[in-house]
Amino acid sequence: MRGRPGLFTRYEDASAILPSGTQKVWLGIGLAVLVIAPFIVDRATLILLATAVVAAVGAIGLNLVTGYAGQVSLGHAFFLGVGAYSAAAIGGQPEEGKELIALGLDLWISLPLAGLIAALCGIVVAPVALRLRGLYLALVTLGLVFLGEHIFRNWTQLTGGQGVGREPATLSLFGYRFDLDGSVLGIDLIREQQIYFLALVVMVVMALLAKNLVRSRVGRAFAAVRDRDIAAEVMGVNLTKYKVLAFAVSSFYAGVAGALLYTVTGFLDPNAFNLFLSIAYIAMVVIGGAASIAGSIAGAFFITLLPEVIENVIHALPIDAETLFTSISTAQIERILFGVLIIVFLIFEPLGLYGIWIRIRNYWKAFPFSY
Amino acid sequence: MIELAVTLPQSLTRFLQATVEGLSLAAIYALLALGFVIIYKSTQVLNFAQPALLIFGAYMASYLSITWGWGFWIGVLVAIALTAGLGAGLERVAMRPMVGKPVFAAAILTLGLDIGIRVFVNDLIGVNVRAIGDPPEGGFGAPGLPWPQLPWNWGGVIIQPRSVVMVITTGVLVMALLYFFRRSRFGLAMRATAIDQEVALAQGINVGGVFSMAWILGGAMAAVAGVFGATAFAGLSASNAIAALKALPAVVVGGLDSINGAVVGALIIGLAEAYTATYQAQYAPWLGSNFSQVVPYVVMLLVLLVRPYGLFGTEEVERV
Repeated sequence: MRGRPGLFTRYEDASAILPSGTQKVWLGIGLAVLVIAPFIVDRATLILLATAVVAAVGAIGLNLVTGYAGQVSLGHAFFLGVGAYSAAAIGGQPEEGKELIALGLDLWISLPLAGLIAALCGIVVAPVALRLRGLYLALVTLGLVFLGEHIFRNWTQLTGGQGVGREPATLSLFGYRFDLDGSVLGIDLIREQQIYFLALVVMVVMALLAKNLVRSRVGRAFAAVRDRDIAAEVMGVNLTKYKVLAFAVSSFYAGVAGALLYTVTGFLDPNAFNLFLSIAYIAMVVIGGAASIAGSIAGAFFITLLPEVIENVIHALPIDAETLFTSISTAQIERILFGVLIIVFLIFEPLGLYGIWIRIRNYWKAFPFSY
Repeated sequence: MIELAVTLPQSLTRFLQATVEGLSLAAIYALLALGFVIIYKSTQVLNFAQPALLIFGAYMASYLSITWGWGFWIGVLVAIALTAGLGAGLERVAMRPMVGKPVFAAAILTLGLDIGIRVFVNDLIGVNVRAIGDPPEGGFGAPGLPWPQLPWNWGGVIIQPRSVVMVITTGVLVMALLYFFRRSRFGLAMRATAIDQEVALAQGINVGGVFSMAWILGGAMAAVAGVFGATAFAGLSASNAIAALKALPAVVVGGLDSINGAVVGALIIGLAEAYTATYQAQYAPWLGSNFSQVVPYVVMLLVLLVRPYGLFGTEEVERV
């Protein structure tokens, strides 16, 4: 319906993936930017971009369980870790003289398996989640992160142990190596570009799957559980089934994201999967907007690119940054901003970037009138 | 060392030693757990900023008493007051706008507060372990109160004066709090607010004041716990804040809304941690080094599997 984007005459139109033409245009522009970006930016930024694309998969996963199904999980770092180490164990190349578990299998096995193993962990945790509601659940998932950290530090055969670490999964798909420089269709790509495009494809597929999931019967059941779980149960939504499903799907996403997360940097540190990582993903969901797939992606990019932005801003400041920030490093400013952004968004814009977008859209809809 | 002429069998000594250490850990956890419970009961906010309050209090105590040379007692008391003030300030500025919003949003907001504050304080602490100072020689500074600076040796069980002070102080504070809640007018107002905020407001209770008070108490107790955690040989470093996160299992084990439960939970968690630290390396080495650090979370998971609302928590009954 041209000119009347809010008017739907069929249910299919209202629940379409992209209900309006504007959204189709924006999606096209966004994808074009994502495809062109790796050819323009420098290598350091490209690494961040690739990380952001992978983080988006993880953020979508967290949004499914927390934003859509309303089960607050502080344990996302644990599932990311499970995915990362499953993938590394299945897809890593065995090395001489090291007693690490490494089966050296192809990516088409290791990536889905990493997701499935993480999902299995999610299913194991879910029974606890079923008995618990609200804040108790948040606390249990918090405990999960600490237990996970302990396991990752001590299971040296899997993780290399503290201070040693190991390499993540080798990105070899049907024998094609994504973690080396190569050329596709006559275009020479460096290693980071290859990983970036692999991640981008994974992200687009996963985002599409998530979008389809949440506009289906399952997604409506998730929302019902979130809004009032008892009412949902009375209406015939099987709480057990959907809570377990939410955890399993979310963990699957986390597992896939974890498998790719550190492939760009090429090093898996067992201390990386800590509470702060969980909070970073919570921040992505909160800042991007709860219960919004596009918001999760925006939040993931926002949070991951934040250090780079801060760095540039500090260098662009007219004052001498060295004297102003003698004791506080960029990493610290980043953490403080995390905190501040979470607070500001929760107080002033609970819908996140998605909410800001809605406000802008509504403003221009009636322009030049205020309503 | 002050020694008692008793000899105990080796195994018993070891057990008692672990118990003593468990009790002093429990004293720290109990204070933190009480802070969580008081804030949760009064404001329905799960305060993840407790580690920040703890580390802030401990840092201020160290800074005032050593760097500024105010002496142990004045430094600690002022630090407690400052942390209580910080708690009240955080509540007024950041948490008050969240009244009526979903509980998760408020809980996540406290995570944000925690990150922000802890970065600042950790930066101030620096990489080296700071000392927090000791009470002046002769104990409480009052004549007639002899206080041994050396540990007792009770038949092979070493008891640090620090542990005794911690357990006694916590006991006194818990009693004082219970008295405050049961007998004082403001305590009654806090209990009323805990039951129903709107009804309390309708009765003329200053609910905002109750919120501030809850955070003041929470902040003050976090500061005391922080000072305890940093006294004597322990010292103050950024990792001290983890104690506050280990107090969360104590809260959950006891039940989020039970004051008695917080104390019992702290005892269970503290003892479990100490016994694990003593015996795990010998009997279950496959659990990995430093397993005692994650035992609180294991205990929490086990208790929740059996009792989803903790040992003393009230089961939520909801209308649709």
